[in-house]
Amino acid sequence: MLKVAVLRFPGSNCDMDTLRAVERVGADGCFVWHRDTDLKGADVVVLPGGFSFGDYLRSGAIARFSPIMQAVQRHAAAGGPVLGICNGFQILCEAHLLPGALMRNAGLTFVSKPVDVIVERTQTAFTSAYAPGERLRLPVAHGDGRYVASDDTLRILEAEGRVVLRYVEQTEGSPLQPNPNGSANHIAGICNAAGTVVGIMPHPERVADALLGSRDGLGFFTSLAAWQPRGSVSNAPTR
Amino acid sequence: MSFRVHVRVMPRVGLLDPQGQAVEHALSALGFGEAAGVRVGRAIELNVSAASRSDAEARVRQMCDKLLANPVTEDYLLLVEEA
Repeated sequence: MLKVAVLRFPGSNCDMDTLRAVERVGADGCFVWHRDTDLKGADVVVLPGGFSFGDYLRSGAIARFSPIMQAVQRHAAAGGPVLGICNGFQILCEAHLLPGALMRNAGLTFVSKPVDVIVERTQTAFTSAYAPGERLRLPVAHGDGRYVASDDTLRILEAEGRVVLRYVEQTEGSPLQPNPNGSANHIAGICNAAGTVVGIMPHPERVADALLGSRDGLGFFTSLAAWQPRGSVSNAPTR
Repeated sequence: MSFRVHVRVMPRVGLLDPQGQAVEHALSALGFGEAAGVRVGRAIELNVSAASRSDAEARVRQMCDKLLANPVTEDYLLLVEEA
């Protein structure tokens, strides 16, 4: 059975929802504490949302140096899938596992509401269950969600098709919920070149069960449950 | 020797600084219409033991590059004084 590590930092608060979503798709989920130094043999790592270390200094800036992050760096370097949701995305950027940074929302307020995003890349470990161009309504809950990167980095992300999720643009009279934070190119989520490391601001774990009103986010978890290490058979060890 | 180091971390010029804009609007509303180009950053102070002023500065630069500032979005300035 696929083993999924959900990391816990002091201040993580979406860890339980994320673990439940992982278990809902039949994967074997476990929590891993930030001071641990190994991933308990996990095939997939998820950094959940929350406010690690109180967002002190910058969101994710301190969590990035937690002992477990060295294991995450090795896991990612070996091609292992890593998903960062919200604060997890911020940590992955601070850890340089993804380019760019997440800054204070353009409107300055904390935004907690459903928004509409387009799945632009389905060739990742976490979006393969969706159709290209599929529109999802996912909740966001962040104060520092405005993705920024150098012009060169943005050009590379676009040219290589590494924008995984993009907010819809504001259009007059549209019932759709647009970009809530002023991010560059309306970016809501990106991935590394291989599509194995993914960071997204929206919270799919909060809409992964019909009981929660929507299953729009479930695909992230069915995707990871279906993930197979390249060139290996079933659950063959990757190390 | 001990040094007191003042670190000023500012959002990189050219990046949107919504906090600076909000403060500028508030100043304008309070009758300080002459205030312009407002930007909001962060100040950090620390004591550092080092053999010399330049050693202290070099160490704090490493701290900034690694943790205190984000090289993607921020620039920093150091002021080193003998403690």
